[in-house]
Amino acid sequence: MYDGGKIITGLVIGLALLLFPFFYTAGKAARAPEAELTPKAKEAEKCVEATPFMKTEHMKLLDEWRDEAVRDADRYYKSELTGKVHYKSLQVTCMDCHSNKSKFCDRCHTYANVDPFCWDCHIAPKESE
Amino acid sequence: MGVNRRDFLKIAGLSTLAGLGGKTAFELLAPGELEAREAPLGDAQKWGMVVDMHKMDEALMDKCIQACHRFHNVPNIGNPKEEVKWLWKETYHHSFPGRENEYLTEEIEEMPFLLFCNQCTNPPCVRVCPTKATFKREDGIVIMDMHRCIGCRFCMAACPYGSRSFNWGDPRKAPEALNPGFPWNPDYPTRSMGVVEKCNFCAERLAQGRYPACVEAAAEEVEGALVFGDLADPESEPRAVLREQYTIRRKPGLGTGPNVFYVI
Repeated sequence: MYDGGKIITGLVIGLALLLFPFFYTAGKAARAPEAELTPKAKEAEKCVEATPFMKTEHMKLLDEWRDEAVRDADRYYKSELTGKVHYKSLQVTCMDCHSNKSKFCDRCHTYANVDPFCWDCHIAPKESE
Repeated sequence: MGVNRRDFLKIAGLSTLAGLGGKTAFELLAPGELEAREAPLGDAQKWGMVVDMHKMDEALMDKCIQACHRFHNVPNIGNPKEEVKWLWKETYHHSFPGRENEYLTEEIEEMPFLLFCNQCTNPPCVRVCPTKATFKREDGIVIMDMHRCIGCRFCMAACPYGSRSFNWGDPRKAPEALNPGFPWNPDYPTRSMGVVEKCNFCAERLAQGRYPACVEAAAEEVEGALVFGDLADPESEPRAVLREQYTIRRKPGLGTGPNVFYVI
């Protein structure tokens, strides 16, 4: 092998650079953020459906809501959890309790690296801070 | 285990029967939950409107336009080429081409008409939409699903009334000086860049049993300037006006079946 020393040194340096991020952050996994509840949300105790369902399926529920509300003119949702009837609206119903978008929605969305385009049109409530 | 052809067909037939019977029984035992939905205005088969031009003046039209645009967060772009409008004013000659009789009364010659989407019975915009973003509801409202609009603008080419506007830019970036405090209504979305929009007869207000924003605004000033109701119901308010007064519609010869009438 010609210039074996140089090639191997180069390979080692290259490999070290490549693996640097893994060693650098080893054992320092970012903790999953907790969604913060507003006093109003805490007081209500129950969301439209059970919390574990809302955590994993809220995007599907919202997707169904938007189709049913706009396309079928079916704008009221009966909760399977509480039996209460809710107006199907992200902006009016969801954000009424969860009026802290930056701490309720954005934290997890940023962590999970998802960028939903809801807010291109739907207006987020003004946050005081 | 072997299943011969005969047995397989028997099982298939029985399961089909069970399936059909099961569905019917389910429907009988759980009748439509939808009936519980509250709708004080009542469900209509064909929403329509009568604009009584004798009761209208320009100030009232401006009030209606403002009520609509503020409710639906429709900004003033400030540039007529990129204007976005749900409700607007236009001259008689531009509103009713083909009816430009000579020697018209001064009132008709000079007065603007209040125009908006005609919520056609046979809407050309719905036919051309490639994504079915624009569609006709069972109650006659021609409405847009903004989530589906791809901004191709076929509907704008198809609409013979100019009822549709395209968002050339982000409405939230409309000039601040012309739109102080925009978006005005925190309960209604804005649009995004690249979608078409138009009057939807306030479908979201009808769902809550409220009259359209323009009708409500007009009623504050004068009764019966804008008469809204179900055209399929002979007892409805617009039908009562149509029985008594002579009305015209915009470009009826095109066969779109506009559901907005003008008393002149």
